[in-house]
Amino acid sequence: MPAGHLLSVLIFFPALGALALLILRGDDHVWIRRVALAVSLVEFALSLLLVPAVPVGSSAYHLEELRAWIASPPIHYHLGVDGISLFLVILTTFLTPISILASWKSIQHRVKEFFFMLLLLEVGVVGVFLSLDLFLFFLFWEVMLLPMYFLIGIWGHERRIYAAVKFVLYTMAGSILMLVAIVWLYTITGTFDLPTIQTMLQAGYVSLSPRAELLLFSAFFLAFAIKVPLFPLHTWLPDAHVEAPTAGSVILAGVLLKMGTYGMLRFCLPLFPAASRRAAPLVATLAIIGIIYGALVALVQPNLKKLVAYSSVSHLGFVVLGIFAFNNISLQGAVYQMLNHGISTGALFLLVGMLYDRRHTFEISDFGGLSTPMPRLAAFFLFVALSSLGLPMLNGFVGEYLILLGTSQASVKWAAWAALGVILSAGYLLWSYQRVFYGPVTHAKNKELPDLSAREQWILVTMAFVVLWMGIGSLDFTSRFAASCQNVLTQMERPQAQEAAAPKPAATVVDAVPAAASSTAPAAVVAPAIYHDTVIPGGVPANSAGTKSRNLSSAPTSSPARRNTPASPATPTSSERLGNR
Amino acid sequence: MLILNHLWIIPLLPLLGAAINGLSGLFGAKWPNKAVTAVAIGSTGLSFLAALECVREFLNLPAAQQALPWVKQYFTWIAAGTFRAGFDLQIDHLTIVMLLVVTGVGWLIHIYATGYMSHEGGYYRFFSYLNLFMFFMLILVMAANYVLLFVGWEGVGLASYLLIGFYFLKKSASDAGKKAFIVNRIGDFGFMLGMFLLFRTFGSLDFVTVFDKTRELPADALGQFGILTISCLLLFMGATGKSAQLPLYVWLPDAMEGPTPVSALIHAATMVTAGVYVVARSHILFTHAPTAMLVVASVGAATAFFAATIGLVQTDIKKILAYSTVSQLGYMFLACGVGAFSAGIFHLMTHAFFKALLFLAAGSVIHAMGGEQEVTRMGGLSGKIRWTYFTMLMGTLAIAGAPGFAGFFSKDAILFSAFQHAPGGRILYAVGLASALMTAFYMFRLIFLTFHGKPRFDEHHVHVHESPKSMLGPLVVLALLSIIGGWMAAPSFWGGTDHFTAFLAPVFGAEAAPEAATAAVSEAAEHSLELTLAGVAVATAFLGFFLAFWLYLRRPGVADQIAKSAKGAYTTLLNKYYVDELYAAVIIRPLVWISDNVLWRAVDASGIDGAVNGAAAGTTALGDRLRRAHSGNTRSYAVWVVIGALLILAVIFWPMLKPAAGMVP
Repeated sequence: MPAGHLLSVLIFFPALGALALLILRGDDHVWIRRVALAVSLVEFALSLLLVPAVPVGSSAYHLEELRAWIASPPIHYHLGVDGISLFLVILTTFLTPISILASWKSIQHRVKEFFFMLLLLEVGVVGVFLSLDLFLFFLFWEVMLLPMYFLIGIWGHERRIYAAVKFVLYTMAGSILMLVAIVWLYTITGTFDLPTIQTMLQAGYVSLSPRAELLLFSAFFLAFAIKVPLFPLHTWLPDAHVEAPTAGSVILAGVLLKMGTYGMLRFCLPLFPAASRRAAPLVATLAIIGIIYGALVALVQPNLKKLVAYSSVSHLGFVVLGIFAFNNISLQGAVYQMLNHGISTGALFLLVGMLYDRRHTFEISDFGGLSTPMPRLAAFFLFVALSSLGLPMLNGFVGEYLILLGTSQASVKWAAWAALGVILSAGYLLWSYQRVFYGPVTHAKNKELPDLSAREQWILVTMAFVVLWMGIGSLDFTSRFAASCQNVLTQMERPQAQEAAAPKPAATVVDAVPAAASSTAPAAVVAPAIYHDTVIPGGVPANSAGTKSRNLSSAPTSSPARRNTPASPATPTSSERLGNR
Repeated sequence: MLILNHLWIIPLLPLLGAAINGLSGLFGAKWPNKAVTAVAIGSTGLSFLAALECVREFLNLPAAQQALPWVKQYFTWIAAGTFRAGFDLQIDHLTIVMLLVVTGVGWLIHIYATGYMSHEGGYYRFFSYLNLFMFFMLILVMAANYVLLFVGWEGVGLASYLLIGFYFLKKSASDAGKKAFIVNRIGDFGFMLGMFLLFRTFGSLDFVTVFDKTRELPADALGQFGILTISCLLLFMGATGKSAQLPLYVWLPDAMEGPTPVSALIHAATMVTAGVYVVARSHILFTHAPTAMLVVASVGAATAFFAATIGLVQTDIKKILAYSTVSQLGYMFLACGVGAFSAGIFHLMTHAFFKALLFLAAGSVIHAMGGEQEVTRMGGLSGKIRWTYFTMLMGTLAIAGAPGFAGFFSKDAILFSAFQHAPGGRILYAVGLASALMTAFYMFRLIFLTFHGKPRFDEHHVHVHESPKSMLGPLVVLALLSIIGGWMAAPSFWGGTDHFTAFLAPVFGAEAAPEAATAAVSEAAEHSLELTLAGVAVATAFLGFFLAFWLYLRRPGVADQIAKSAKGAYTTLLNKYYVDELYAAVIIRPLVWISDNVLWRAVDASGIDGAVNGAAAGTTALGDRLRRAHSGNTRSYAVWVVIGALLILAVIFWPMLKPAAGMVP
């Protein structure tokens, strides 16, 4: 497939849509909503074109676009998509129309501005996931901040200004550090291009002192940890979630938090592996504290939306733990859990929003017995809650299980502590569900609440479908990012002897590589038969340096060819026991 | 080979039933009860027929093929790295027993429920949940790897949650459902860790691979906590949750809040035996971990005894049966723990017959009494509801171990195996025998209080009536099974083969061999021992019957006197040793209190967020101070200019001043 400009289109199409909204009359709410929805749906359809472009078993970047943007310093407009970013982009483009539909009735003032901001937000988020140039990444990272600030600050609830400012200041504090780190990295390597830096570090053309690596790692990590949010940097999240309008919460929980974990996967681990390993015990401890602490605090929340918000702290703890367990299984689990959390928690926020639309409160004590007037909403709520607490055959289980299984291969102790979260999640979800939906109706206001409207029902049916699909057909997803996860681990390998690469002049490489990177993009497609191949996009013969050793698990059992093969014997040892005789 | 090649049909049928009833009830027009009934009964009935056909096809295979599990891989569900969890189903002799119990008893209970629930609201919801349960239970017993088994494991937990809380307007019901799910999750925590350890050790969670590799490993010594022992203990932790053993049994008595057919199906016949099934399924692992075996046997015996003591004094007809179930499950674990896996499974099967019967009959009593569940407000019903009385009596004889009834054979096999077990066998036997005595006592106490003596209710208000045929039919079938269900093992009493053990030999055979070998030394001596022990058991059962007869029929009032004279013991038993209160005081309330007051309010709001807001406030305050410096007052500016100039000069001339000041770098 020729490279084309699909990625650029994906980033800027919502911006065009946002501009189109400005043409419309401000009080023409119907058409504003329709245009916004249409734009987001087209965007979603476009994003699906990414799927065939990222073949199963390939870990390379695809659909790369590389243009010189600023000559000095050499900043490039460099985009690319791999298995990890693929589904995060689709998650974004999927949740945006859902959010627009969810805001159909509940947003009644400054409608045009609202949808404008929502589409602008999509630009920033998609841009973050697709950027392969550090400066460009940082730019989109900041672009995303602005519309979110307004979404919370203008259309939020009572304490919206406080929450919006807190959100922005927290994130800015992290991103300043990241900016410093990016510039420092530039002074060392002479480029902002991520694949180039990766290649230089990995091949040993440039080496960082342990102290420098740790500082760089810390700066990046802090920025991402705030975004995730990792305990104890999480206190912006409950406020932002509770005050944001439903659409804001959905996007915030669904995709914005993932930018943090995505950053860890994309930058912290591959660029600074030694520092990552040094930090892993601390990070894992914080992640586990987050899992348990988030769940316990969620348990006692009197406010339903805050409960969901704290459950995010717990769930994202799982993702961070999976990333810092450094093995193929847990990494895939972490990526899967990012997607799951986007769907499940997104759906929970939608449901909480629907309750708010009816009762204008989030207090659990104001509800009670709601399954009598609203059996359908209650059924969907239970379904989503079950997916969130990790019931097998629904999406949450796959991610949690892979994370815990992978982590247990690294440390049984970590897995055991983290698994406590599995008990607690059942506790807070079922307890709150009981108080909201079971029992007799205790408030007169709740007696006559209308059940789901057709629009709400379709939103939830869509979400429920994805929940089921991801719970049963997990291979449709994991097969496309398995190689990229393995690639992260491969990128963490460093040659034993730094001197081995030293004879080559570093200065020339710096200039040569960006050009090479673009030319190899289509060629980097790996034969699908080789499941865990590791090709480093960048064209430098770096994988000669003994990189294919640890964690390389190319066992036949995980080959995608194993799907749907009831007739073929599986493994030589057990084939005689199979039923096909 | 139709079903053997398409094993998925068996679980899929009830799932379809659940989906059709559930979705049509929730989103479509409400179907009439008849249509719901047809879907529910039809799907489970077809599933039962498919299971029968599957068994027929499997047993027609050559013996060599039957010796190995028949595994079908349908699709890969989860795969990452070297890990693969497939939607793989398997059939072997153990699965066959479970399959027939689940679909057969399950189908009977479905039929019963159409009568029992006919006047209840949420009819479609009930059958949708019940079918959903069947689906997950079938997945559980047919799974060919631990992960898929866990799907069924959690799934039946969900169905249990939904059905216990079926009357969700009652707080006690929704409380009980939630409690069941969360307590089970505590067990599942162990189960998951057990799976992770197995994967670490064997690199796979497929039964065939794990068990084959285990066979090659040396067994852990008694008292040694190797990886196998720890894995087994963790798996057993899951089993204690699901099968309501000490210390996680607390959810099962509360689960009686669910409709009675649910208690019969889920909380007596099938789901609660899942833990026993898992231990039996993993018997190769467990026989490699003698310490774990000892723990299983001890926990089983202790639970059997402990729950039986509580059962002595309960007055709610369903609660008595619930504690009886906990106690009988203890027997099954006792059997597994002493290595008599086939005896454990045998008791699982006969227990499914007679306990399902007892619950359904109890439901018929409750139905007849218009919802009354306290046996103290019943009495003299035997003449009014003859069919119910007769069938329930059969169930009672079976559970008490009357000679010739199903429970006699299975309980005898367990006690016999326990007696012969090397470490601590006599103690286990004694505890088991004591529990048998109590079982006979509380069961006949139930019978006498319910059906005999004078009515203790207002006969003008309560119109006692026999249940409809849809309810009585399953009672009769189950009563028949409670009588003849044990005869497969009967020939061993006159020196023949135990057909049930022989049937399960392809699964347990190799592991049961050592015991058989030692036994073969003096087969005649063993046979006479078995007869002796059987005699002791029968005498014990009769003693229990007689005590109940004396206290509740001959001398009513003596029981009350005993209760009064031993008030402390009596109230302790009546309040179930205050275990629920203990858990609430030691675990739940402190956890909630700490989460609320310490973690949330102190650490989160005041601590972390306080620091964040404090930093913000500090910055604002500093900015405010600095703002004040911009006072517009020229003189103060001038002072600042001078200070600044001096500072700059100091910095510039510092290197020159340094030697003069005598400062050494």
